[in-house]
Amino acid sequence: MADKFFLEVVTPQKAIVSEEIQSISAPGSEGEFCALKGHTTFLAALKIGGIRYKDASGKERMLFVSGGFAEVLPDKVTILAESAERRKDINIDRAREAQSRAEKRLSDKAADTDIVRAQAALQRAMFRTKIAGTR
Amino acid sequence: MATLKEVQSKIVSVKKTRQITSAMKMVATSRLRGAQNAMEAFKPYASKFAEVLGSIAGKSGEDASPLLVPREEVKKVALLLCTSDRGLCGGFNINLIDKAEKMLTSELEGKEVSFVCYGKKGRDWARKQGHTRDAEYIGVVGGNVEFSVASGSGQTLINSFLEGAVDEVYLIYSDFQGMAKQVPTVKQILPIPSLDEVVADELQSPAEDEAFLPEHICEPSSDALLGEMLPKNVFIQIYDALLQTSTSEHAARMRAMENATKACEDMVGELQTIFNKTRQAAITADLMDIVGGAEALKG
Repeated sequence: MADKFFLEVVTPQKAIVSEEIQSISAPGSEGEFCALKGHTTFLAALKIGGIRYKDASGKERMLFVSGGFAEVLPDKVTILAESAERRKDINIDRAREAQSRAEKRLSDKAADTDIVRAQAALQRAMFRTKIAGTR
Repeated sequence: MATLKEVQSKIVSVKKTRQITSAMKMVATSRLRGAQNAMEAFKPYASKFAEVLGSIAGKSGEDASPLLVPREEVKKVALLLCTSDRGLCGGFNINLIDKAEKMLTSELEGKEVSFVCYGKKGRDWARKQGHTRDAEYIGVVGGNVEFSVASGSGQTLINSFLEGAVDEVYLIYSDFQGMAKQVPTVKQILPIPSLDEVVADELQSPAEDEAFLPEHICEPSSDALLGEMLPKNVFIQIYDALLQTSTSEHAARMRAMENATKACEDMVGELQTIFNKTRQAAITADLMDIVGGAEALKG
């Protein structure tokens, strides 16, 4: 059994996760990384994507994060995200709607479309639906 | 002297007003609790962010990001004015607007100032005075403040700062220092004053469980990371200001309504005295009449 360490996921609105975990993997901006207890101190920017972790009982859990930062310490991982949701809290209908909206905006190619923003919105929506759909 | 009926209807109307003000006070109290909870919930994020920012700021030079560099000549200034949407909260909005006016006549004299207004009261004031308004956000302060509002407007500001459309950005908001104390405060948010200051500001107790960690491995480089974190820091400042202003608004309204309720009670007491006096005078007059009539009959 793996050693346990602490995971905290905080957003401006509230703390999403605060519990003991066995391992975590997160979407760093330079690539996905994984951390166990005793990882060297490490600071990374995160992309939009999914965080996977094994909770104290070894059950695998998923979270959605819309970018942010992760601070990894030997006995604690802190994730600062502008928004984050547990899989069960994802509103899949809303995500689907957002996805089609973003796709439409991107395909319309109107002059005033903020491409970067629309792409980010699309990415967020896609990851949300993907995470909500995995079992 | 007012007639009995007049006094009585006045008493009824003041009592009704008291009912309304005390109901509004209760609403403000419960909203205040919500706003305070939101502030509480934001604290862990803000302090953790400041901690991480502090630990990488130490490693980067002062010129790591264009957001840190002050402009040599400041011509255009943006003021973010946070006020409430609704009145009936005492001098709350007046104080904030006063602060803006003072800035306009002192430090910002002769500079080109544009406003970004959060809240209807500040917007109305800016419109009346004919100030340029870059953007306005109504229905944010006092309700459920979303982080996306802060990040959206913050991004716009950062963009215009980088393009050179504005040289300095200030935030005017009401700092919530306690139930009876809300202080209108001015804070410079762009260019970012000095990282040490920002960090010290957020971290009231720097020596929490773990002090700054001297050596992080950073991915990407610490400079790149700093470049990503600084704009976020601006959003955090705006979000914090909005939360503080919301909380202050409810606290101010609560107090204003409490005072109004008390004033109503005093007034009812005074009116009641007048009512009793008038009533007694009428009775005395009637008695005199009767006694006088009886005397005349005896005659």
